[in-house]
Order: sequence, then structure tokens, then C-alpha cells
Amino acid sequence: MKVIISGCGKIGTAIIESLQKENHQIVAIDTNPEVLESISNRFDVLEVCGNGACYDVLMEAGADTADLFISVTSSDEFNMLSCFVAKKIGVKNTVARIRNSEYNTKSFNEVKQDLGINVTINPELLTAKSLFNILSLPSATNVETFSSNGTEMIELTIEENSKVVGVPLFELRKKHGFNFLVGVVEREGAVYIPKGSFTLSVGDKIGIFVQKTDEQSVLKSFGIEEKRIKSVMIIGASRISYYLSKLLLDSKRSVKIIDINEEKCLEYADKLPNATVVNGDGMAQELLIEEGVLDTDAFIALTGKDEQNVLSSIYSQSKDVKKTIAVIDRDEIIGVSKSLGLDTIISPKFLVADVLVRYARALESSKESKIETLYSLFEGKAEASEFKILSDFKHVDVPLKNLKINDQTLIAGIIRDRETIIPYGDDVFKVGDKVILITAGSTVYDLSDVIG
Amino acid sequence: MNYKLVFSTVLKVVKLESALMLLPLLTSLIFKESCFYDFLITMAVSFTLAHVIEKFIKPTSKYFYSKDGFITVALTWIIVSLIGAVPFVISGEIPSFIDAFFEMVSGFTTTGATILSDVENISKGLLMWRSFSHFIGGMGVLVFIMAITSKTTDRPIHILRAEMPGPMVSKLVPKSKDTAKILYLMYIVLTAVLVVMLLFGKMPLYDSLVHAFGTAGTGGFGIKNSSIGGYNDYIQWVIAIFMLLYGVNFNLYYFLIIKRTFSVLKSSELRTYIIIIATAVIAIFINIYPLYQNVYETIKISFFQVSSIITTTGYGTVDINSWPALSKTILLSLMFIGGCSGSTAGGIKISRFLLAFKKIKAELKKLLHPNTVSVIKLEGEKVDDDVISGLSAYFTLYFISFIALTLIVATNGLPFETTFSAVCSCFNNIGPIFGEGVQNFSCFNGFSKIILSITMLLGRLEIYPLLLAFIPSTWAKSKI
Repeated sequence: MKVIISGCGKIGTAIIESLQKENHQIVAIDTNPEVLESISNRFDVLEVCGNGACYDVLMEAGADTADLFISVTSSDEFNMLSCFVAKKIGVKNTVARIRNSEYNTKSFNEVKQDLGINVTINPELLTAKSLFNILSLPSATNVETFSSNGTEMIELTIEENSKVVGVPLFELRKKHGFNFLVGVVEREGAVYIPKGSFTLSVGDKIGIFVQKTDEQSVLKSFGIEEKRIKSVMIIGASRISYYLSKLLLDSKRSVKIIDINEEKCLEYADKLPNATVVNGDGMAQELLIEEGVLDTDAFIALTGKDEQNVLSSIYSQSKDVKKTIAVIDRDEIIGVSKSLGLDTIISPKFLVADVLVRYARALESSKESKIETLYSLFEGKAEASEFKILSDFKHVDVPLKNLKINDQTLIAGIIRDRETIIPYGDDVFKVGDKVILITAGSTVYDLSDVIG
Repeated sequence: MNYKLVFSTVLKVVKLESALMLLPLLTSLIFKESCFYDFLITMAVSFTLAHVIEKFIKPTSKYFYSKDGFITVALTWIIVSLIGAVPFVISGEIPSFIDAFFEMVSGFTTTGATILSDVENISKGLLMWRSFSHFIGGMGVLVFIMAITSKTTDRPIHILRAEMPGPMVSKLVPKSKDTAKILYLMYIVLTAVLVVMLLFGKMPLYDSLVHAFGTAGTGGFGIKNSSIGGYNDYIQWVIAIFMLLYGVNFNLYYFLIIKRTFSVLKSSELRTYIIIIATAVIAIFINIYPLYQNVYETIKISFFQVSSIITTTGYGTVDINSWPALSKTILLSLMFIGGCSGSTAGGIKISRFLLAFKKIKAELKKLLHPNTVSVIKLEGEKVDDDVISGLSAYFTLYFISFIALTLIVATNGLPFETTFSAVCSCFNNIGPIFGEGVQNFSCFNGFSKIILSITMLLGRLEIYPLLLAFIPSTWAKSKI
């Protein structure tokens, strides 16, 4: 598929990186030749230097034959205009990054169509939602929601003294009535797709597939008592903190925002009357203690500086705050902060890239691949994909235990008539089912490639 | 450096080369020549060896940076020439390995310089291989590998940059692999058209293929002692025109195909190319008219010669040693200019001169108006300052290398004109050599031939890759 990406900042680059792995033909547009130079050194793409809303530039990038146009420059209005022009030239699908909350209203949705924008993407809102999901299930390091049918993957780290250490997974499932499945295990940096005989050990990061309704009971069977997060301290006033605070305040949690910039504090105090906004240095431990870091349930570091976020998160973790989340965007800092012991890290650019990869997949699925949607798990080391069982599938009505399934693959869920089945050996595929498949290392394009 | 990936790429090229030897193998089979076995042995041995060694070096990581690209290209070209020389040696037709190596380097770098005094005595299979190497080397071996194999690295741009001639490499489509495919496809189609045109001129199929390869790569190996001189006028015109076509940036052909005609018409490099050719033809015509006394003949001869030299092909129809000094000097200057970037021609390339002149103009303006700000543009696009400073470095390096190589070759003790024109001819990948009584490169000793082989490689790869491969710190693990 031919994809044009206008704006090669942090997010644009992350999108290029993810889409290149998917083997798309990518054209990158930016006004800064130096940025394009470094892009051309890293990725196999075509660079076009110029204004992404300009007719000639878009023609040079081949917009008349492109399937997807993504505008992710820093200006909302520019992105809208670019999509408008690109659509007029003949791009089939357009995506615009629109961050300003004033444009994220219902009435704008109608204008969107006229502007030729198919999808708007708001990295800050995405990040806020993802943070909110994690806060609703604080013992998980991450929560990924599949389909609309309420299947989830909960990421957990196995702590010391956990009662599941050393028990084979199959035994564990048998004891608790097969309502969950451990789909992915990350041990010392490597990702495994575990079999029934696999035993967990301390420090493993695991991905558990459950139905949303079973969430609490499954966590209990892993020996985890879930306590509701009631108060959240946020360092850094930004768009993300605004969206997140709104979500938190709507669900009756208390929010405190700390920022060093007085003007910003005033602005957010005005926008969020129910939140407490404090003007001060979020790095100052004295101030954090005064503002109650010792008593808060959750601490979220989302200043614009990755380094500050790492440091204040480490401090908060040392003070035994129940849940600490750091928002970090640079790859190298993510790696380092993991080794420093931060377990929950959110990276907006990966969230956006994932959404777009999923979107590109969906566009392409109508062409060649049978994949419906795709999720990247564990920073892209594993993937979950959804397939639809069509009538030409050979293994309909055969119990799973009789099927030969590739080693690096696991069936994590079967969705039938809006219900999710967490499968075990006796379950079967039926025509019309949707199947959630987990793979490590490679992407599966067709179910029959891994089941035989 | 990612040694494993570098070496496994080189081995892939070796396998490709042995596969490409099928063409001369078939030729020698058809003509029932004994060199059939020499090709068979070379193919079998090099393929098996490469295949076995490849099993032992499995690249563990895919990372590939600029340095890896340069080294891959340098190693590939040296090894390909070494293996290509083998059939000549074992057949006994060029018994000395140094001679055979020189001949093959000259083939792959599309130089066309030869040490053979009597080409007509060499087996047809070997001559086919020699000319076929022009075709392979013209567009580049690694570009070919890139076009036909699945991707070996995530960053193939570094190979494209190191192997494709010209100051800037621009891709046609997003993927390097697709770009390589398109380039080769246009190259093959253009060559097929040329073969058909030559067949129309009643040239035998074998001769047509050999000359089409020689023209396509802008190489210049022939199969007659008189080069093209013995063929009819029609053939001479066809070859002269096609040589010029191969000297044009191939991107322009792509623009024609996708109907971006305005890019072609506006191309300042193409315009300059045409102006230089026209001026040179007219000047030489006036200068040599007294020698031939016939308007048509003189136009034909001067057009052919200009076309042959500016595209660095090196075919000849007449003996230019008898020409007046002015014409010879014009031809000598054309040697340095060369064709357009992104073509199969050698030389410094017209786009480099264009940029250099624009820079000089800007500097002069700056002397007159010290506070002036000027932007240098090529083909309507602003050229980065890095490219300009890289350009002046390239010019300096080019002339330093040129002087150094001439000095080394001069130790051979041959007359100045011979030495100078030999280095000039090899460095710009042209082929012919000037001088009283000198027909070819067999008059040089072994050492000079090795130096001249290196000169040809330096010229084809535009100095940097080979230079980097010879600098010890490139290989030292302790240095980064």
C-alpha cells in the first residue's frame, strides 16, 4: 500500500518506523531537509521536501495514486488543510492529527467529512485514555482492549511471594475454571508464547487474556487484591493531563496537578475547576511531600521532559505510591528506565503508531490479508491479530487439541455471537467466528499459515 | 561494522556472477569453443565455494550504516573482477593473471581499456564475457542484487549511494528495491531496442549483442581490431546516438514514462549535456574538416567521437592520433566532464560541474557584494550546503588522486603523453590511450597494470568506497 506521511517529528517518525515494518511504500514529506536526511538514512522511504498542503508537493509525492495520507504536523489547521488538498488530488483515505480539544466535539464530526478527513487522531487523548485504563486496574502494568466484545489483555509483573510461581499454567487454569489464558511471557527481555506446561517465575512479565467481566476474579486467582485508585497526582500541566483529569474527575476521583509554569497553572485551573492545581516544581521532593505524595494512590509524571519524568517517577516509587506511571517518548530513555525499575511506561508515539498500523491493516484487509485488526504487544515483540473464520477454512469443528498449531502461536480467544470464549482443548472453530491469535516474532497474514 | 552482513552480501554477488556466466557459457557452446569448460569450472567452483562459506556466516543483525555500504561496494567490485578473470587465465588466452584482472576490471568498470593487441584471435565466449561485464557493471552489480533478492538490510540506501554515480542519489519510488527494479528494467529495454536496431543494420546477432553491451555500459570493448570502424554508416550512427542516450540520467526516462515531461524539459543537466555535445561537435568539425574534405564524413566522425568520449565509452571509428592538437584537447576535456549523474557514463559528471560553477558564481557575487546571500539550486531544488562542501572535497580528492596515480604510473618510464592519457582514460573509465605507436595497455609493466586497475575502480566507484576500504582505521575494531 502506498502511504504518504506529512510531518516527520517524533510521532511521524514512529509511524514511519511501524509502517515500514508492515512493508508499505512510504513517502515522507517535511519542510526541513535535515530531518528528511536523517529519515532517509534510517528508513527505506522516498523523501519530498516541501509544504505538505501544497498541491505541487503532494503531486510530487504521488498523492494521485496513494492509498493513505497521514498528516501529523504540529498544526491542527495545517493538517486539516493538507487532508483536504490530498483528498481533492485523489488519496483514498486521510488521517489528520487534531489535538486541540475545541475541535474534538460532535459538531466538528460533520465538518470533518466535508474536509475530506477520514480519521482524526489525537495522541494526547489516546494517551490519556490509555493512562485511565491503567489506573482503573492499577495492579496491571498495561491493559489492552480487543474488539468491542470486552476481551482484554492485562499485563502483570510476577512479584515475589506470588502464589502462582512454580505452578504449571495448565494446573493454574484448571483450578480457576479456564476463564483466563496466559498468552505472552516476557522473561529477561525475550518474549515467549507459553504452553500449558510452562511455569512462571519471579520477575516475569505476563499478558493475561480475560473477559472484562472476569477481570477481578482472575486477578484474585493470581493472588492480587485490587484496590481502587481514589487520588491521582499529576506532574506537568499539558493536554494529556487535561484529558486525563477530565476522565478521572468524571469517575469521581480526586486530581492534583503540579506545574512549574504559573500561566499554565492558571489556564488549567480555569479549565478544570474541580481539580487542585499547584504551581511549583514537580522535581522538588519537599513540595511533593507537602502536597501529599505519601498519601496519594497514583503518581503520573507527564512533563514534556522525559528525564524529569523518569526521576520523579523513581522518587515516587521509592515512597511506595501504589501506582506510578511515567510518560516517556524517547526510545533510549524507555530502555534505561526499565532497567531502573519503572514498570509502567506509556509512550504516546507508540500508541499513535499502533492505531495507524491497525488502520492501515484494516484498509489492506479488504484487499489481500484476512486480518481484521492487529495489536502490538510488549513494545512490538509480540502481536495479537483478529481473524474471521470463513467457509473455506479447513479445520472447522475440529477440537483445538487435535490441531497442529505453530510453536510461536497461541489462540487466545474465540468471539462467537458477541461472546468471548477463552479457549481450551475441547473448543472448536465455527464459521463466522472471530479468532484472536497471538504470535511472537512474526506477523501472520493467514490463519492456515499457522494451523495445519 | 556488520562484517557478517557485508560478507554475506558479497557472497550473494559471487553467486550471481557465476549465474551470469551462463551467457558466455552458452556462447562458447554455440561456437563449439574449448573455453566452455573454463567457464563451467569457474562457475561451479565459485558458486559452490560461495554457497558453502555462506552457510558459515549467517548475519545475526540487520543493522547497516553508511560505512558498511561503502565497504560492501568496494569488496564486491574487487572480488567480482578477481573471479571474472579466472576463465581468461585457465583458458590460457590471457595467461598472466594480472593482465586478465586488468581486463576484467576494465570490463566491470565500463572502461574498455585492453591489453590485447589482437582481439580477433580471442575466443568468442571470452569476448562475450568481457563485453557482458560492461553491461553488468554499467548499472551496478549490487543494484542488480537489490532488484532481484529479498531485502537483506533495512537500510539499502547506503548501498545505492555508494554504487550509483553522481553527487546525489534520488530514488524514483519509495522502496530501494523497486527503484533498482525500475532502473534495470529501463536499462534492459533500452539495450534490447539497441540490439534490434543493430540487427536491422545487418550486423550479426553475436556482434550486435557484444556492441549493445559495450554501448549500454558505456564501456567500449569491441571484437574487431578496428573497433566500430569496419561497420556501415547506419550502425555507426545508431551506436553514436545510443551512447548519448546511455549518458543521460536514467531518472529522466522514468519521468518520461510517468508523463512528467516538464521535469525532463526543465532538466538543466540535460540541457548542459546537449550544449556541450553540440559545441564540441561543431568545434571539432571545423578543426578536422581539412583532414577529410567531406562534410557528411566529417560530421559523422566528429559526432561519433564526441559521443564516444563524453559518455566515456571509448569506441572509435578512425585513428584520432593523427588529429590536430585542438581536437585532441577538446576530447581530453570531454573525458573529464563525462556524462550525467545517474547514467552509466563515467567522468566527473556534468551535475558536479554545474554545481561547481554555480558555487563559483555565488562566491564571485560575494566578493562584489560581501553581504549578499545566495541559494544554489539544481533542477529547481535547493542544494544543501553539505552537498556543496562535499563537492569541493570531491574535486580536491579527484585531482590529488589523479596526480598521485600519474606519478606512480610514471615510474614505469613510458612517454608523458602515454602515461597521462592512460591514467586519464582509466580514471574516467573511457578506454583509449594516446601516444605515438601505442595501441593498448600491454606496454605497461605488471605493477602499473595493478595501479591502473585500482585507478579504474576508483573512477567507477567515485573514489570514496575504495579509499575507505584501504584505510586501516576502517577495519580496526578499537576505532569507531
